[in-house]
Amino acid sequence: MPAANAVSPAPPAPLLDVCAATVRFGGIHALTEADFAIARGSVTALIGPNGAGKTTMLNAITGMVPLTSGDIRLDGADIAGLPPHKRAAAGVVRTFQNLEVFTSMSVLENVMAGRHALTRYTVAASILRTPGFRRAEAACREAALDCLEFVGLADEADTPAGDLPYGKQRLLEMARALAADPKLLLLDEPAAGLNSKETARLGDLIRAVCDRRHVTVGLVEHDMELVMAVSDHITVLHFGHPLAAGTPDAIQANPEVIKAYLGEDE
Amino acid sequence: MFAGAPQYIVSGLTQGAAYGLIGLGFTMIFNTTGIINFAQGEFVMLGGMLSVCLLGAGLPLPLAIVAACLATAVIGGLMERLTIRPLAGAPAVNAVIITIGVSILLRGGAMLAFGKDTVALPAFSGVKPILALGAAIQPQSLWVLAVTLALLAALKLFFSATIQGKAMLACACQKKAASLVGISVARMALLSFAISGLIGATAGAILAPITMTAYDVGMMLGLKGFAACILGGLGNPFGAAAGGLLLGVLESFGAGYVASGYKDAFAFIVLLLLLFVKPSGLFGKAGVERV
Amino acid sequence: MKRPILGQNAAQAVLFFALLLAVPYGLPNEYYLSICILGSLNAVIAVGLNLLMGYAGQVSLGHAAFYGLGAYATAICTTRFGLPIPVGMAAGVTLAAAVAWIVALPTLKLKGNYLAMATLGFGIIVSIVFNEAVDLTGGPSGFVGIPRLALFGHTFESDHGYYNLMAVVLTLVVLLALNLMKSRTGRALRALHVSEKAASSLGVDIAAHKRFVFVLSAALAGLAGVLYAHYLSFIAPASFGFSFSVQLVVMVVLGGMASVWGSVAGAFFLTALPEALREFEDIDILVYGAILVLTIMYLPDGLAGGIKRLSRKLRRTGVDDARS
Repeated sequence: MPAANAVSPAPPAPLLDVCAATVRFGGIHALTEADFAIARGSVTALIGPNGAGKTTMLNAITGMVPLTSGDIRLDGADIAGLPPHKRAAAGVVRTFQNLEVFTSMSVLENVMAGRHALTRYTVAASILRTPGFRRAEAACREAALDCLEFVGLADEADTPAGDLPYGKQRLLEMARALAADPKLLLLDEPAAGLNSKETARLGDLIRAVCDRRHVTVGLVEHDMELVMAVSDHITVLHFGHPLAAGTPDAIQANPEVIKAYLGEDE
Repeated sequence: MFAGAPQYIVSGLTQGAAYGLIGLGFTMIFNTTGIINFAQGEFVMLGGMLSVCLLGAGLPLPLAIVAACLATAVIGGLMERLTIRPLAGAPAVNAVIITIGVSILLRGGAMLAFGKDTVALPAFSGVKPILALGAAIQPQSLWVLAVTLALLAALKLFFSATIQGKAMLACACQKKAASLVGISVARMALLSFAISGLIGATAGAILAPITMTAYDVGMMLGLKGFAACILGGLGNPFGAAAGGLLLGVLESFGAGYVASGYKDAFAFIVLLLLLFVKPSGLFGKAGVERV
Repeated sequence: MKRPILGQNAAQAVLFFALLLAVPYGLPNEYYLSICILGSLNAVIAVGLNLLMGYAGQVSLGHAAFYGLGAYATAICTTRFGLPIPVGMAAGVTLAAAVAWIVALPTLKLKGNYLAMATLGFGIIVSIVFNEAVDLTGGPSGFVGIPRLALFGHTFESDHGYYNLMAVVLTLVVLLALNLMKSRTGRALRALHVSEKAASSLGVDIAAHKRFVFVLSAALAGLAGVLYAHYLSFIAPASFGFSFSVQLVVMVVLGGMASVWGSVAGAFFLTALPEALREFEDIDILVYGAILVLTIMYLPDGLAGGIKRLSRKLRRTGVDDARS
C-alpha cells in the first residue's frame, strides 16, 4: 500500500467499504482488485486520470455494472448482489456525469420522483385518492420543496425540467438525489460544464450536504481545485487500481500521484 | 417423415428470397435514417402491380418490369423528400406512423388505379417444371433465386467499390462523423429510400408470377420482411437476406408438416423466441442497446 | 390552503361525464350513437395504451390482441360454456391481463424497434389463432350469438342505455388514468421513460413498473373487448388484427402522447373519421392516409400538444404585451 495511507487517520467503520472490486468488460480490466472506502460523515473524493475507472467504480457501487469479483458493503451489509433500485432503497443514491434529468416532468415532479422509495401507498390508494394517499403525497411534496430550497431552485418548482439551463439541471439532479434521503450520495463529475462561479457555489453546496444534512458524500471529479477544497479524504485510482489514499494535503504531496498525473498531461 | 422435403426447401427458398429482399430494403433505410419503413411492403406490391399494368398497356415484359422498378424507386425517393425529411428531429414513433400513413396512401392509390382484383404476371420463361433432386422446380423459382443473388452481388459491389456506397456505410456507422467528412446525410437518406424502392419492387415483380399480386399484398409481405431483418440482425443487410431465406424455409416446412393455416404464425413464433433469447439477431453483434 | 371538495381530476371527470351524457341529445339518429359507443370503447383502449406508450414510453404494436382476447373469452364463456355474463366478463379481463403478465417479462426487456417487432409478432400470432382455431372461435367468418349485456337483472337493450353505460366506464377509466399518473407510480413511469438509469438509481423497480403498466393497459383493452362483444353480439378476427393495433397507436399519437384527454379525443376522432369519409366512397382510404400523414407532420405532438403550444404562445404574447 502507498505511503500516503500512513498519514491519513484510518476511519473507524466506513459507511461504504469496497473490497477487491474487479470489473472486466470483455478482455478489458476496468477495475482490478480495487479497494475504496468512504467514512461516515465525510466528503470522500475519487480522482484519477481519464480512464482510471472512476465512473466504473461508481457504476459498480450503484449496481449499474456487475462486479466480476469483490465485495461491496454498506453499513456492514453486503449489497453487491442487489439490483440498482434496491441499492437506492438501501441508501446509495447517485447523480450522473451526463445529466439524466427527467426532462418531460416539472422540476418539482423530478424531485418528488426522487422520493419514490420513501413514499409508500398502494396503487389502489392512489387511484381512490384515500386520506392516507393525500397525506403521503403532501409529505412527499413538502420534502421535495425542502430539497429544492436547499439547492436554491425553489423558485423553479413548476418549470419544465427540460427548460432549465445546464447549471440548474445539475442542481436539480442533486436535489432529486437528496430527496431520496440517502445515507451515501455519489456525485459523478458534478462540476462538468459549470463555470468557475457555479463551481464555487457547488463546492459550498457539497459541504453543506455533508455538514448540514449529514449525508456522506462520494465525489468523482476532475476539477482539482474543487476536490481539494471540499474533500476530507481522497482516493486516487490509476489504471483501475488504487494508487494512493489520504487527506488532500497528503495526496498533493504524493510523488506517485504527481507522476501519474503529469504522465497523463492533465 | 421427410417426404417432400426438397420440395419444401425449394418453395421456401423462393418465398424466402423475396422476404430477404424486402428485409434488405428495410435495412438500407434503417441504416441511413434509423427509421423502420412500414411502407416497404407497398414497394413490393407496386413492383408487381405496375409490371402487370405496364404489360397490359403493351410494353414487353422485361421493359415493363424495369419501368415498374424505376417508377417505384422514384416513389421511394418522393416519399423521403415529401414526408420523411420534413420530419427531422421528431420522435421515432412519429416517423413510423408517417410510414404507416404513406403505406395506407399507396395501398389506397393502388386500389383506385388498378382495382381490387388479384392478378398474375406471366412467368418469365414458361411454367414447365424442372425435375431435380426429387423436387419439381418452377423455372420462375430459379429466376427469383438468380435475381436475388444478382441483386446481392450488385449491392456488395455498390458498398465496397463505389463512393456513394461507402458513404452510405459511413452514415450507418456514425452519422455525425459522416457529415463531418462532407457526406450529405440527407442525400444518403434519399438514395436509401430510392434503392429500397428499387429492391422492393424487384422482389414484387419476380414473385408476382408465383404468388400472384393484388393491391393489398404489401402489408403481410412488409411484416415478413421486417421479421427477416430482425432475424438476421437489424442493421446487417446481408443478415437480412439470410434471415429472409431462413424464414421462408421455416414457413414452408411449418406449413407442410404441421398445419398450413398457421404458416404465417411460424415465422413470428420463431422470431419471438429468437428475440427473447438473442435480441441482436442471428448474425447481429451483441449489445442491442448500449448503456 | 383550503382543499376543494373534489380534486382537480375528479372535477374534470365530472364535467366530462356530463358532456358524454349530453351528447346523444345532439345526435340526429341512432346510427351516430353506435359510432359514439365504438368511439368510447376505443377511447378506453387508447387511454390504457397511452399509459404504456405515452407515459412509460413502451411501444406496443399488438394491443388489438388483448382487445380480441377479452372479446373471445367472454363470447366463449357465455355461449359455449353457458356461464353467466359477469363471469364471462371477468374471464375476459383476466385472460387479457394474464396473457400480458406472461408476455411482459421477456418482451419488455427489449427496447425500441425490437420491442415494436416483438409486440407486433405477438399480435399477429394471436390474430392467426383467432382465425385458425375454428372450433373455439368460429374462424374467419366470426362468432355469432353472444348475449347482449345484462347486469344486475338489467338488460342493456337500447343503444342509448349501452351508451350511458359506456359513459360511466370511460369516465371511470379516465379518472383512474389521471389519478394514477399523478402519483408515485405515474412519476416512476414517466421517469423511466426518460432515463431508466436515473429512475433505477432513485429506487424505481424498472421491470416491475413496466410489467404493471403493460398488464394494466392490456386489462383495459380486455375490458373494452368484453364490452364490444356484448354490444355487437358478433365478433370476427378481422377486428383484432394488426391494422387495429396500428389504429390504436395512431389514436394515441394523434391525440398526443402522455395526455389522457388527447387519447380520448384521438379515439373519437379516428373512429368518426372513416364514417365522415363515407361519402367520398372509394377515395376514403386515401383521405384517411393523407390526414394521418399531414397531422403527424404538422402536429408532431398531437392534438393535445398543439393546443398546449397554442395556449403557451398566447400566454407568452400576453406577457410580452404587458411588458411593453
